[in-house]
Amino acid sequence: MVLAHGGKLVERVLKGEEKEKALEKVRALPSLKLNFELVSDVENIATGVYSPLEGFMGEREYRSVLSQMRFSNDLPWTIPIVLDASREEAKKIKIEQDVALFNESSKPVALLHLEEKYEYDKEELAEKVFKTRDIAHPGVAKVKAMKDVLLAGKIDLIHESETPFFRYKLSPKETRVLFKEKGWRTIVGFQTRNTPHIGHEYVQKTALTFTDGIFVNPVIGRKKKGDFKDEVILASYEELIKNYYLKERAVAAILQMEMRYAGPREAIFHAIIRKNFGCTHIIIGRDHAGVGNYYPPYAAQDIFEEFPDLGIVPLFFRSFYYCRKCNSAVNEKTCPHPPAEHIEFSGTKIREMLVQGKIPPPELMRPEVARVILSFEHPFVE
Amino acid sequence: MDEEMKNVPIPASLYRRIEEKIKGSNIPSVSSCVTKVLREALAKEEGEQVLSKEDEEKIKERLKALGYLD
Repeated sequence: MVLAHGGKLVERVLKGEEKEKALEKVRALPSLKLNFELVSDVENIATGVYSPLEGFMGEREYRSVLSQMRFSNDLPWTIPIVLDASREEAKKIKIEQDVALFNESSKPVALLHLEEKYEYDKEELAEKVFKTRDIAHPGVAKVKAMKDVLLAGKIDLIHESETPFFRYKLSPKETRVLFKEKGWRTIVGFQTRNTPHIGHEYVQKTALTFTDGIFVNPVIGRKKKGDFKDEVILASYEELIKNYYLKERAVAAILQMEMRYAGPREAIFHAIIRKNFGCTHIIIGRDHAGVGNYYPPYAAQDIFEEFPDLGIVPLFFRSFYYCRKCNSAVNEKTCPHPPAEHIEFSGTKIREMLVQGKIPPPELMRPEVARVILSFEHPFVE
Repeated sequence: MDEEMKNVPIPASLYRRIEEKIKGSNIPSVSSCVTKVLREALAKEEGEQVLSKEDEEKIKERLKALGYLD
């Protein structure tokens, strides 16, 4: 089994007496209220999804990740995982003090053992991570809206948040046992934030040809208007796997995390996360984790050249489409026919058909999957 | 922030061989090439983090309850 990133799977979840003690003291501690995305980061740190991180990054690691895309010990890491606070909030908290972290419903989530507070340059953060300072980029807009001080220190999780997708939520510790029990030695991870069309299935099954199992891992979290709702994505994958995959070769579980839309840097981050879940391979397609036209189409593949020490093998897929002559999904290396014979797997077109209540043609989407999507009264985020 | 660099002597003949090898490639320097090779070599670690029997059994039970295992 592939080792967790950095060699050890992190676990910082309080249990039993330790949890009781933490619960007793949280109300008396200085506190911070975290939004859904930060709560997800806390949980991902605590359950090892972000191994080897044990807390929010201090200034040294933050600077190293920004400039080198590596921790100060040379280990690859591309996205700063930070906790922002206002100057007023930061002033009230002392170094070496415990801080209670609450979610948006004022439920205690975790303890932060504050080790450091520091200021940072938002322009630099945006430029380095997103390669742009354009406020129209969702990641940049988010950075610009961040508070002025970053708090750093290890965390201990008290409560995992409730989710309607409980039965799809597995920790890396659990997926590792699952893969072992299934007898998989090679596992390919598939990151998604969409319902599956035939193109996705083609990519997944091509990768599955060379591996023992596939781990479909949809990102669940706040979405933008017009996106498929999380429950629709999960139901559609469940249907696809039930009808078109071998049960012993495919599993789906969620990843509760915000999309940063950081393109190449985020592709490396996604790979590290899947390595922590126990994957040996990850599928990286065209414009992985991109948005708009901010990144060249294959930048998220090219960046892997800089990380020979990642410890997970990327499987690169370029463009693919349906060919009427071949009667199957193809790519530029496998199909000799002219573009007139090709049908693009356009997510926008498929969505348009679904909005009109129509079942897309079977060359684009499995009818069973389309029917599941249409069984939802409102499949899209409004 | 520029990364701090250290010097590691290598035989001049090897240096020239690498220089020759990377000519026309997208590797910009001998230093980049050596760094890449060393990182690759250091990353080759495999093993298994051992869970306690009790932990593993609990996880298996949960996976069964969720329908992931029969």
